[in-house]
Amino acid sequence: MIDALRKELLLQWRTRAQFMAVFVFGASALLLFSFAVGPNAEMLRQFSAGFLWLGLLLSSTLTLSESFHAEMENRALEGLMLLPVSPRVIYYGKALANWLQLVLLGCVLFPVMVVLYDAGTTDLLRLFAVILLGTAALSAPGTLYAAMTAQVKSKQTLLPLLLFPLIVPALLASVKATSLIVLGDPMQQLRPWITLLAAFDAIYWSVCGLLFGRVVEE
Amino acid sequence: MEKLARRYGRRWALADVTFQLAAGRVLMVAGRNGSGKSTLFRVLSTAIRPDHGVGKVGGYDVAHEREDVRRISALLAHQSYLYESLTAKENLNVVARFLGSDDEREVLDRVGLLQRADDPVSTFSAGMRKRLSFARVLLQKPEIVFLDEPYGQLDPDGFRLVDAVVQELKSRGATVLIATHQVERVRGYADGSITLEGGRVVARD
Amino acid sequence: MNKRVVPGIVLLAVGAYFGFVVTLAAFSGVNGLGFGIPTGIQAAIAALCAVFGAIWFLTIDDVGDSTKPAAWLAGAGIVCFSIGSYIGLFVAPPEEYMGEVQRIMYVHVPSAWCALLAMTIAFACAILFLFRNDWKWDARMEGSIEVGVVLAFLLCCQGAIWAKPTWGVWWDWDPRLTTTAVLLFAFLGILALRRFVDDPVKRGIWSAVATIIAYIDVPIVYFSVRWWNSLHQQQSSPGTVSKQFWLPLRANAFGILFLMTAFIMLRARISALRLKTELAPPPLAEAQLGEAV
Repeated sequence: MIDALRKELLLQWRTRAQFMAVFVFGASALLLFSFAVGPNAEMLRQFSAGFLWLGLLLSSTLTLSESFHAEMENRALEGLMLLPVSPRVIYYGKALANWLQLVLLGCVLFPVMVVLYDAGTTDLLRLFAVILLGTAALSAPGTLYAAMTAQVKSKQTLLPLLLFPLIVPALLASVKATSLIVLGDPMQQLRPWITLLAAFDAIYWSVCGLLFGRVVEE
Repeated sequence: MEKLARRYGRRWALADVTFQLAAGRVLMVAGRNGSGKSTLFRVLSTAIRPDHGVGKVGGYDVAHEREDVRRISALLAHQSYLYESLTAKENLNVVARFLGSDDEREVLDRVGLLQRADDPVSTFSAGMRKRLSFARVLLQKPEIVFLDEPYGQLDPDGFRLVDAVVQELKSRGATVLIATHQVERVRGYADGSITLEGGRVVARD
Repeated sequence: MNKRVVPGIVLLAVGAYFGFVVTLAAFSGVNGLGFGIPTGIQAAIAALCAVFGAIWFLTIDDVGDSTKPAAWLAGAGIVCFSIGSYIGLFVAPPEEYMGEVQRIMYVHVPSAWCALLAMTIAFACAILFLFRNDWKWDARMEGSIEVGVVLAFLLCCQGAIWAKPTWGVWWDWDPRLTTTAVLLFAFLGILALRRFVDDPVKRGIWSAVATIIAYIDVPIVYFSVRWWNSLHQQQSSPGTVSKQFWLPLRANAFGILFLMTAFIMLRARISALRLKTELAPPPLAEAQLGEAV
C-alpha cells in the first residue's frame, strides 16, 4: 500500500502544475459565487461554507478525473493489474493520494474564502478535521467512479453525473459543520454532523475498496 | 488452451483458438493485422477475460486463477504501460516495489537505457519506450512470456537485443510466445508456430 | 400457462384479498370475510404477500419467453388501479383539514412504496449479478432501475403538486421528497452510464457497482436531510390515516405494484433479448485444424 501511495504521490508531484490549475479554478469559482449574491457582506458570510464546499466539489471532479489520466495514457493501470498486486492496494493508494490532494486544496481554498467572504475562524483544529472528513467523503466514491468514467468517451459529463447525487449527504454535513464553525455553534450541533461525515467515510472507504477490483478487471 | 473466444464490442476478435504448448518452448504466433494475435495474448495474460472457452497458463485457469497466472507470466503489450511523467528508472521502480525486487539498474543496462535512466519517458522515442517495456517484462522474471510485436519500432541493434533476450529467457527455462510480423526472423529460432486469421488458427507447424 | 407462475399468483391473490377485498366487502356491507384476523395482521399479511408475490414473478426464468403473465398482471393492475382511483376520487369523503388536495395521496403513497421496492429489487439484482455472474440479473436490474426511475420521477411531480396548495411552494425540502430527488438523479446517472458503455460485461459490472453504491446512500441521504431540515408531516401509512381512506390507498397500492411488476418483467425481457444477441457465442469454425504444436 505504501508503494502504491508512493507511486501516486510521485505522479502528482510531477504534475503539480495541474494542482495549481485546479486551485485557480476553485478560487475563481469562489469569486464567481459571490456575484450570485451581490456585495452583501452579511449574506456572503452566511453562505461562505456552502460556497467553499461547492468550490471544492467542482474542483474535485477535475482532480479525480486527472488522477486517472496518467493511468489511461499508456494503459498503465492494466500494466499494474497484471502484476501480482491486489486491486484493493491500488485503489487505496489512489484514493489516499486523491484525499491528500483534496485536503491540501481545501486548506488553500479556505484562506480565499476568508478573504472574499470575511468568514474566518480561530478554531482551525476543528475546521481541519471537517476538511479532512469532508474531502475523504469526496475521494472514496470519486476515485471509484473516476476509474469507471476514465474508460468512457464522455468522461467529463459522466463523473459529475454519478458523483454529485451520491455526495449529497456528505456535502450537506460538511457545509453544515463548516458554517457552524465559522458562524458559531450555540446549540452544540457540530458533533452529529461530524459523526455523519465519519459514518459516510467509513461506509464508502470500505465498500468502494471491495468493489474496485470488479470495476478495473476486464 | 482450448476453444478460446473473446468479443470486442459486437465483434468477435477471437473466435475459436485451440492449442497447447509445452513448457520451455518458443512459439511464434503469426497472422495479419486484426487477426486476433493481441487479443489472444491479452486473454492469456489475464488482461481481459475470455467470453467463452477455457485457457490454462502454467496449469492455472486464466479466468478463475488470475492471481497465479499473473505471478508467473508477463506481457509485453502494444501499449507501453509506462507513466509519461516519470523517468525510466522511476517507472521500473514502481514495478520493482510491487514485486519486491531491486534489479532496476540491471535490466535497464540489459536493454541499453542506463544513460537515459533519469529522463522522463515523455522525452523517449517509440523504440526507447519499447526497450523500457522490455525491461519491465524482464523485471518480472516470468516463467511464461507473451511478447506482442517485440520487434515493432526497434532499430537493427534492438532486433539483435530481442533475439538475445528471447534466447536468454529460453535458456532460463521460460516459455515464450511471440506475436510478430517478422516471420522469417522468428522462424529461425522458434520451436513451432501457429497462424491466426479472423480469430481462428489457420495453420500450425 | 407456465406452472411456475402459480405460487406468484397465489401470493398476489392472498395479498390483494387481505389488502383490500375484505375492506371493499365491508365497505359495501358484507362483513366477516377477514376470518376474524385482526386488521393489523391482515395488513401485514397483505404487504408481505404482495412484495413476495411480485418478487416471485420477477425471478421466474422462462417467463421471459412469454409476455402473457406480464400482460395479465398489467391487466389486473389496471383493474385495481381503476377501482382505487374511482373510490379515491369520487367515493371517499374529502379530508377534514387538507380537503380535496389530499386525494393525491391515494397515488402518491403507493407510488412511493413501489418506487422504493423497485430500487430495492435493483439493488438485490446488482448484488446477485456481481456474485452469480448470471446475465438474467443484469437484465432484471436494468428493468427495475428504469421502472424505479419513472416512479421516482412521478413521485417528485406528485410531491410538487401536493406541496403547492398545501405549503404554498412547489418544492419543499422534506426528507422524503429530497431523498427521492437524489435517488432519481443517482439512478438517472446509472442509466446514462449504461448508455455510454458498449461492452456488455463492463456495462453490467459497472452499473451493478454504481447501483450498490447509490442504494447504500439512500438511508444516509434520508437521515441527513431530516437533520438538516426537520419540520414536516408524519410518514403516511394506513395506520395513521383513518379507516375510510384505506380502501383506495390499498387498491392503488396493489394496482401500482402489479403494473410495476409487469413493466419490470417486460423491460427485463427486452434487455434479456438484447443481451442474447450481444453475448451470442462466436460462429463455429468450419473445420477444426491440425494437431497441437
